[in-house]
Amino acid sequence: MGTSYTPPTNPDWWREPIERTEMIWIVLSFTWCIFMFGWMIGWHWIGNQNMSNETYKTTPEAFSQKVADMQAKYTVRQDEATGEDVVAPPPGSDVYLAGMMWQWRPILEFQKGKTYRLHMSSLDVGHGFSLQPENINFQVYPGYEQVLNLTPNKTGIFSIACGEYCGGGDTMGHHTMLGRIYVKE
Amino acid sequence: MSTTTMSEYRVDPVSGLKINRTANTLVKWNAFAAVVFLLVGGLFGLGVALTRMPSVQLLSPEIFYLALTAHGLINLAVWIIFFEMAVLYFLGAHVLGNRLATPRWAWTQFWLMLVGAAMVAVAVLGGNSSVMMTSYVPLTAEPHFYLGLILFAVGALIGCFVFLGTLVIAKREKTYSGSLPLVVFGGVTATIIAVFTIVSGALILIPTFLWSVGLIEHIDPMMYRVVWWGFGHSSQQINVVTHISIWYLISSLVFGAKPMSEKVSRGAFLLYILFLQLGSAHHLLSDPGLTSAWKIFNTSYMIYLAVLASMIHGLTVPGSIEVAQRKKGLDAGLFTWLRKAPWGNPIFSGMFLSLVGFGFIGGITGVVMSVEQINMIIHNTMYLPGHFHGTLVVGTTMAFMAATYWLIPVVFQRKIALTGMAKWQPYVFSLGAWVFSIALMGAGTMGVQRRHADITFAGQPLAYQYPEIAKGLMDIGEIFGVIMSVGAVMFIIVVLASIFTGERIAEDSAPWPKVEDADVVFEKSGKKHIGIWGMEAPGTFVLAMILFATIILYYFINFKYLSTVWGMS
Repeated sequence: MGTSYTPPTNPDWWREPIERTEMIWIVLSFTWCIFMFGWMIGWHWIGNQNMSNETYKTTPEAFSQKVADMQAKYTVRQDEATGEDVVAPPPGSDVYLAGMMWQWRPILEFQKGKTYRLHMSSLDVGHGFSLQPENINFQVYPGYEQVLNLTPNKTGIFSIACGEYCGGGDTMGHHTMLGRIYVKE
Repeated sequence: MSTTTMSEYRVDPVSGLKINRTANTLVKWNAFAAVVFLLVGGLFGLGVALTRMPSVQLLSPEIFYLALTAHGLINLAVWIIFFEMAVLYFLGAHVLGNRLATPRWAWTQFWLMLVGAAMVAVAVLGGNSSVMMTSYVPLTAEPHFYLGLILFAVGALIGCFVFLGTLVIAKREKTYSGSLPLVVFGGVTATIIAVFTIVSGALILIPTFLWSVGLIEHIDPMMYRVVWWGFGHSSQQINVVTHISIWYLISSLVFGAKPMSEKVSRGAFLLYILFLQLGSAHHLLSDPGLTSAWKIFNTSYMIYLAVLASMIHGLTVPGSIEVAQRKKGLDAGLFTWLRKAPWGNPIFSGMFLSLVGFGFIGGITGVVMSVEQINMIIHNTMYLPGHFHGTLVVGTTMAFMAATYWLIPVVFQRKIALTGMAKWQPYVFSLGAWVFSIALMGAGTMGVQRRHADITFAGQPLAYQYPEIAKGLMDIGEIFGVIMSVGAVMFIIVVLASIFTGERIAEDSAPWPKVEDADVVFEKSGKKHIGIWGMEAPGTFVLAMILFATIILYYFINFKYLSTVWGMS
């Protein structure tokens, strides 16, 4: 007697005992939920990969000025592929990376094992910082300057694609937006 | 009070339900509109799939972004919400043997949603509103894009209140006694979440509309995302609640099953209402300006209780089927009840594929990707579309299709035509959708970004080459995307053939044989106990433990992988 589409046959259904299969499952599931809650907090201490909590308000003008200043100070060479400046700020320093329609600039050079304070912001619409092939992804917005302490643990050529749709058309657009980070020993 | 004469009602020979004719007309039109939009949105989706296949790349980027915007909006919002309106009216009127409150307002709901959807379609097809379904500011769309969305949402909100009013009438006119049936309770849950959702949508889309016509100067992009996701994610929870209600409904229809425990199932629905909204914050895990404490509180403390709710339904639905089957004599072994289920009946097969697929594909991945740290190596990659096709297509859409096979005889008074095609449809559609979802998630794990018209970065001096296997996964995934489209087209053919050419079921025809309640059969059998190990549903428990082990394994695999990437703090 009783279905899911008729009223409960026992008007006092709230007092019915819970069947064993259900009870064991509820306890197991809830325990797992509590574990996941704890683990996510714990990773902030035991893990080396965590979100930064440091963000400032900025403007596209102020941020592009910081990028330009850094570029003037720490440009080390011209990139072979594009002829653009490659900027190699010293370890521990503040590094500025701007997302704009449709590129990430400037091209950066880091040293493996050293930590950099990477400031990210956008000069126009929302973009996504997507470091490949590491596959590290962040949202980047105009007006917000996020500071991430970044420590490369591999050498090589790393690309930055765009992870947030930012418009564009047939010749240029979201899918052509790229940047680059070189990591050397 | 309106005069209720018997001619306003008919007793349906298929379901035995007392059906109000006006309510039935509204169910019909909403369901019909839903299916038409499924077809339209699906065609755009096919275009998207054929472009994202690196070896085909059908559409040019400009048309691709237009098609992706259209596909997202039509399939994610229009098809699903029209169908949900049909479901709500069905639950409030048909299931309770009731009339619909204020049919005129219900028609307003229908026309507002239709006009709104049409305005959005005009804006998108015009080419200047390719802002994706999320329409993040400061990307700009035409004003009528936002206005269309607002009208559509207002229509849906009206539908919610018509449903609530319908429940008031049922209570007052005593068309049922005692507590609401579980599936209607699910409908109420969906409606409460829907009201919250639509209000969130209004809070952000109305200012954005005013911004698009120049009346507001600035909308903060972060603020937009915070509020928008109160709308964007919660709307998905409406779908989950609705399709879970459909799972419960079909379990009872096909097996004469009753909920294992009314208390547990209703409690789980309540958890969604209480804890889901803040869980929407998991879309903001990789955003600047929000602290880890805020993110962890909202996504874990809150969302894990919603996760708990889904895990509970995931056990109680198949569990209720197992109990019913065992009570009817299929009490041997662990899985006899499942093996002897009617796998040739698309109402059952569609529902069960939806259940298993939603749990294993959409569910597990959803739990893992909404961990603050794991999200960094998944956020906005192809993993995302893979995941939400695993919830929306594998879960919700498949469940709605399964329900449609039952609704056509009841609501449209026609027998299902092309039964052979109907029998295979859930398998074809699910095969396509399952492999599609899994392959896309694989490609996303390797970094392939979502919403990219071209993943080869052709012609770019700084071009990055994704691993060959990632491109291969995109090709395989999209081939199965085409199979999924074939499954969808099969569904639409069956629906249209049935409602236009299916054999009519006369109102006075003999009642269709009703599936006997499992409890009644059990009582007659004189048996006292079912199941093994002191459990009434041991087979379901084993299946649940497989799911449990998979979650744990997958969770730690992701943390292992995370621990190898660049240090971040």
